[in-house]
Amino acid sequence: MSEEAISFIMRDHIHKLIEKNQRADGRSREEFRKVTVETGFVNRAEGSAMVYLGDTRVLAGIKSQVGEPFPDTPDKGVLTTNAELIPLASESFESGPPKQPSIELARVVDRGIREGQAVDFKKLCIKAGVEVWINFVDVHVLDYDGNLFDAANIAAVSALKSATIPASRFDKGADYPFPMKHVPISATFVKIAGHLVADPSFDEENVASARLTVVTIETGNLCAMQKGLGGSFSRAEVEKAIELSLAFGKKIRAQLFQM
Amino acid sequence: MNETNDSKEECSRQDSERELVLPGDFITDGKFKAGSGTYMDGGKIYASTLGIKSMRSDFVNVVPLSGQYIPKVGDQVIGVVVEVGPSNWLVDINSPYPAPMHINEAPWRVDFGDTARYLKVGESILARIFMVDEVKHVQVSMKDHGLRKIQGGEMVTISHSKVPRVIGRNGSMIQMIKNYTNCMIIVGQNGRIWIDGSAEGIENAVKAIRIIDVEAQAVGLTERLKEFLEGTQKGKKV
Amino acid sequence: MGGATTNLKLIDENGMRIDGRRPDELRPLKIEAGVLKRADGSAYVEWGENKVLAAVYGPRECHPRHLQNPTQAIVQCNYNMASFSVSDRKRPGPDRRSQEISKIISEALEHVVLTHLFPRTSIDVYIEVLQANAGTRCAGLTAASVALADAGVPMKDLIASCASGKVENSIVLDLRNEEDNFGSADVPLGIVPRTGEIVLLQMDGDLSVEEFKTALTMSTDACYKIYELQKDALRRKYCVAPAEIPANMGASIPAQPPAESAGEGNDSKDDAANDQGGL
Repeated sequence: MSEEAISFIMRDHIHKLIEKNQRADGRSREEFRKVTVETGFVNRAEGSAMVYLGDTRVLAGIKSQVGEPFPDTPDKGVLTTNAELIPLASESFESGPPKQPSIELARVVDRGIREGQAVDFKKLCIKAGVEVWINFVDVHVLDYDGNLFDAANIAAVSALKSATIPASRFDKGADYPFPMKHVPISATFVKIAGHLVADPSFDEENVASARLTVVTIETGNLCAMQKGLGGSFSRAEVEKAIELSLAFGKKIRAQLFQM
Repeated sequence: MNETNDSKEECSRQDSERELVLPGDFITDGKFKAGSGTYMDGGKIYASTLGIKSMRSDFVNVVPLSGQYIPKVGDQVIGVVVEVGPSNWLVDINSPYPAPMHINEAPWRVDFGDTARYLKVGESILARIFMVDEVKHVQVSMKDHGLRKIQGGEMVTISHSKVPRVIGRNGSMIQMIKNYTNCMIIVGQNGRIWIDGSAEGIENAVKAIRIIDVEAQAVGLTERLKEFLEGTQKGKKV
Repeated sequence: MGGATTNLKLIDENGMRIDGRRPDELRPLKIEAGVLKRADGSAYVEWGENKVLAAVYGPRECHPRHLQNPTQAIVQCNYNMASFSVSDRKRPGPDRRSQEISKIISEALEHVVLTHLFPRTSIDVYIEVLQANAGTRCAGLTAASVALADAGVPMKDLIASCASGKVENSIVLDLRNEEDNFGSADVPLGIVPRTGEIVLLQMDGDLSVEEFKTALTMSTDACYKIYELQKDALRRKYCVAPAEIPANMGASIPAQPPAESAGEGNDSKDDAANDQGGL
């Protein structure tokens, strides 16, 4: 039997705390947990980052190889994002092919990177129309205590920013840093007892009625958003979430990338 | 319900040496009986679980420091309803074994098909393990004095192996927490603990239980806990 | 295994290997127990350049139900390599190699877990290779044993695991990538240290019977060393220093001891029955 059977007692207790602008770990509603990032964790990867967001732990790795470009973008490199919700990380994850949650996670992280113009794809071209760098961002969730969207985004972006294109290994010249442009950072919120709550823990996600992820870039613009779960947000809540997301993005860029 | 032998053992060990043993560690030669957490091989007794070694006059056992709760008949447990059927409810008791409760074992007169009116999915109950068969099919019952639906307050889950430590020798540990926090506290053998009282009382009781959960085998735990609880009273005295 | 040739001198006239090790020397090995929050038990192993994480859930209700065994628990191990763990990115998902390794590790663990204590349940073991450099199945099994103990699963003993092989004309312990790719034999071994029982054994390549016996002895001796490291990892996790509040206890724990002893706190001598029954 799963230990996580949600009881009314647990739900009501979380609701009571949220009403008082408190949470089980001492945070206020709009507070995010501490973020710690260790890059270069996997030396076999072109770049990697282990992220700790509270007790959530996510590892992203970048692998690159040489291949053909897509016909409609002959001078641009290719990037694919994949997320693995492996059963090791939570009793709620099953083994087998990716299910909707892991697909949604991968696509939202990818959207942040793509629409946020994080990568300078033209600098991933070896010979236009013939050869470009094909890059894979693989995000592995290792320990699940809520908010995979932000942990995965920070892991992917940190891994990319610390990655090196292994040109010498493929006889394509000298290695060079992964070409980055912008830094998209995601901030996720849930709705509990009618309140907007930032960076939900596992227990909080289980009693949330709706979820909203907002991805911003350092220019102050938005590049991706995703609403999830069956509940709803008011317009004011969405605008509040955007405001908090811009602040969080700024703080994380300063902490991790000295921007 | 009386304390089990195991919890008596655990509590009286407060003063004796706490030796940690690992699976496969040799404990003693033959003349003893191999109790829980141990196994016998070639006349010798070895530890099977990671835990604290305990040697009595005629048997040895190992008190585990982690592991799943395996229901025993007579255990009082706190369960959460996860499914409702026409003639029974399925109760999660924080164990590998789901525990159905038949309408005959409910404290109300329930008609067939009317079960959801009395207990819904998500509600919590204080129940007793009333049957466990050889293949560990488990059933719970609420048909005993004191068993009931529980509402409000807060629920804390700890490893079931720490429950004897939370209760303490003759209930002294749990009584101390109740006194300092002025809370109602019910401890389930399955590691679930329900607390009700003032917001501050609940918060302190939860912290006290978490201290025990983390330091169950540490020496000086009682003193440490008393210090913490006395600290919560500071500022209240006029 | 074998067949490939290289210009690398894998082992020189003095018996020194390309990473400076002697033939019977293990790569540096670090083991940590209880590293994950969600899993019932976990362990992390850094072995040479291998980085392997193991997690245990269970015993828990067995799904799918048709796999349930009415008399005992089943041990299901899932070994997986992360896409970025190897030089050429690996497509996510199980391949035939992972499935074979999952099976043999499950079978090794089944031998030591006291499965009869948990009928109808499943004990799920997950091994995730985050970075690979040969010997990942041995690292995985070594980590899985520690994770099972951390989860409180009753076992006869831990299992220690290590591989030996043949490189040029020498039997060497604990092959690294190049030795595995260009050597001529690989023998992974897993033993129950207390009894010496062999619970995991594979061999592939070209060895004389004498060479095989040498490899077996070399691996077995190494397994005893690894066993000590496994036990040390568990002891380090479970021997808590007394009277320390963990950092995540929340902000409002009073920092100073009280100036006077509390007036309340009559320890009435209720017996446990009252405590369990309510107020």
